[in-house]
Amino acid sequence: MNFKLSEEQSMLKESVTRFIRERYDFDQRKQIIKSEEGYSPDCWATFAELGWLSIPFAEEYGGFGGTIEDVAIVMEEMGKGIIVEPYVPTVLMFGQLLALSQNNELKSEYIPKIIDGSYLGAFAFLERQSRYEITDIRTKATVQDDNYIVNGEKAVVYGAGNANALIITVRTSGEQFDRDGVTLLLLESDWPGVETKPYQMMDGQMAANVTFNNVSVPQSNVLGSVDAGAELMEALVPLVILATSAEALGIMSVLNELTISYANTRNQFGAPISSFQALQHRMVDNFMAVEQSRSMLYRGLCAYGEEEAETPIECLRSLHAMKVIISKSAKRVGEDAVQIHGGMGMTDELNIGHYLKRLISINTLFGDADFHQKKFNELSYKT
Amino acid sequence: MDVKFTNDDLAFRDEVRTFFEEQFDFDLAKRVLNDKSGDYKSAIVAWQKKLYEKGWIAPGWPVEYGGTGWTITQRYIFECEKGRLGIPDAVPFGLKMVGPVIYTFGNEQQKEKFLPRILSSDDWWCQGYSEPGAGSDLASLQTSAELEGENYIVNGQKVWTTFAQFADWIFCLVRTSKEIRKQQGISFLLIDMESPGVSVKPIITIDGKHSLNEVLFENVKVPIENLIGEQDKGWTYAKALLIHERAGIAEVADSRSNLNSLKLHAAAEISGGVPILADPVFQMRLSDVETELMALEYTELRALASMAEGGMPGPESSFLKIKGTEIRQAISELALQLVAYYGGSLEGNLDPGALGHDFASKARVDYMYGRAASIYGGSNEVQRNVIAKMVLGV
Repeated sequence: MNFKLSEEQSMLKESVTRFIRERYDFDQRKQIIKSEEGYSPDCWATFAELGWLSIPFAEEYGGFGGTIEDVAIVMEEMGKGIIVEPYVPTVLMFGQLLALSQNNELKSEYIPKIIDGSYLGAFAFLERQSRYEITDIRTKATVQDDNYIVNGEKAVVYGAGNANALIITVRTSGEQFDRDGVTLLLLESDWPGVETKPYQMMDGQMAANVTFNNVSVPQSNVLGSVDAGAELMEALVPLVILATSAEALGIMSVLNELTISYANTRNQFGAPISSFQALQHRMVDNFMAVEQSRSMLYRGLCAYGEEEAETPIECLRSLHAMKVIISKSAKRVGEDAVQIHGGMGMTDELNIGHYLKRLISINTLFGDADFHQKKFNELSYKT
Repeated sequence: MDVKFTNDDLAFRDEVRTFFEEQFDFDLAKRVLNDKSGDYKSAIVAWQKKLYEKGWIAPGWPVEYGGTGWTITQRYIFECEKGRLGIPDAVPFGLKMVGPVIYTFGNEQQKEKFLPRILSSDDWWCQGYSEPGAGSDLASLQTSAELEGENYIVNGQKVWTTFAQFADWIFCLVRTSKEIRKQQGISFLLIDMESPGVSVKPIITIDGKHSLNEVLFENVKVPIENLIGEQDKGWTYAKALLIHERAGIAEVADSRSNLNSLKLHAAAEISGGVPILADPVFQMRLSDVETELMALEYTELRALASMAEGGMPGPESSFLKIKGTEIRQAISELALQLVAYYGGSLEGNLDPGALGHDFASKARVDYMYGRAASIYGGSNEVQRNVIAKMVLGV
């Protein structure tokens, strides 16, 4: 085990850092958010050129064959720019569901298009009522000849408004809450009966509600096995929460830097506010929160890669613990950054509040701290 | 000590309840009072006028100036009923801030001119305290007022001014002389927002709304009769007002109402077929807050009781401010937790309720704007310093 970045990883990290510095400062981000698409196709093309879209894909599909650690390095740096480009929905959700599936035809067709930047994807797993229960699914698919006929609605689908294709969860058997009977289907956004209503989220990212009205999807577009889509989703979730935890870590470290530097320059009562012990202790606690978060991210990354060395339960316990520690840290670091910036921290004009908003979104993705702590308890304290 | 309600108290409670239920426009409230834009001003003013006509607009004021003459128990009941029914607090700047300063430190002409229009909500006031360089360290303010003949000439900048965009008047702390101790040389001026040289610039906050502003003064002429008390003694009056402000910021009734609505939503919100309210973990989070709020309701009652005997509230208002804002923030955090993914959606082209969680947007706004509660009115860190110094004597 070794926590140092390889030469290749250092270069990757440096390339993202440079991109954020040169192409993605806070004013540039504001312009991108205001644009009609809500993301920058130019930046996306650059991501493709620099190879970032290819990182977690196998070489046989034109990918870089990178590891989850490589993804985490990119995400941590992207977090520092709070980028709104759909890297998570396209590369990590849509892309990795494909990569994890055994459907080689779909892989060959779609992965190269993701890598070259010409195709955006999204994963529609959430319904109005489902909250963090990913198999609480009402959207139904029934078989008709060689097709599934899909009816239903998905809510808050990150990236769906701009996506060329979607992977959706549908119920092919069983009842609303059953783990079995969930199937994953890939469909194109412009197929008849698909209606997308895009909107912007508080973190600047685009999401959409998507309705399906008798949408016909070929049976060959099933990912994973029919009725066993939950397995594929459960394989995806750790990957996504590791990546977004790395993003949160990047955000938290920027917030701490900005806060310390503000506290050093803001004078009240004839002294920099950083000289007040009450604030010093808060800043120290936040420093420790970020260090604990980094440790927990590394522990999660390690567990994820080592299912065979560790038991699956140990692996899951680490991932749940990571979500707990990082969500709690993110909340305190984000809120304290606003607090220590005082009124300035409350303004929309300053970047601080925008970092907080992204942290709040990351916290809820695939379950908040309480959700994961309950899962952790179930695995840990059996009587 | 007698902590029981009398029959008169219970009759009073029924009277308040009936009045609120009959007179408050709950539909309108849903539409605009939760929003800082739109018809917010006219809606809240309309409600305040109803309270005014009933004689209930200023429970904290002495009877001679238009107060209700209620016992502290009656005041407590009034607050509780407000919280129970989700009736918003009156806008504090006139009624809870400058009003008490005027009747305590102002002269007769000032009382006659300003107090009736505060009570009737015909004048909307805003508070000119903070400046870019003077936040928690308020006494370092720089906005200057120089006496020229019968007028002060005011120059400077105020910031974080809530609802200045609606205001007819602003009460301002200004520097009238440069003494060695910065608390000296501050004066308390009432300034007509229509005066030439006053301009208001909006500040959009992280909830995406416009409630805060910058107020700029460029050679603004203010007649000398708008000075409260003596020149250079404004800090004394300002401190008295701050104490009122901090006690008011506790917003216990608002917290009670937000907590009630949180409980209703938690009962209606289902996860995996079970209401969130039935989740033991969520229950613990909720009762952590509710038990604190129950204690604070009685802390506020005790503070009211001591005010009834001794006049002005003391440093315990800092305590009310800290606890009140912490509770308010904790409730908003739970509401945000409750709405999960759906709290992140912005209004706009999305129909209200398109996500099936129509309280989600309010939860997001309350959480985001609620972050300011531990900053404004003197940050909670500064309040802790006040308690350490004034109460603990350390």
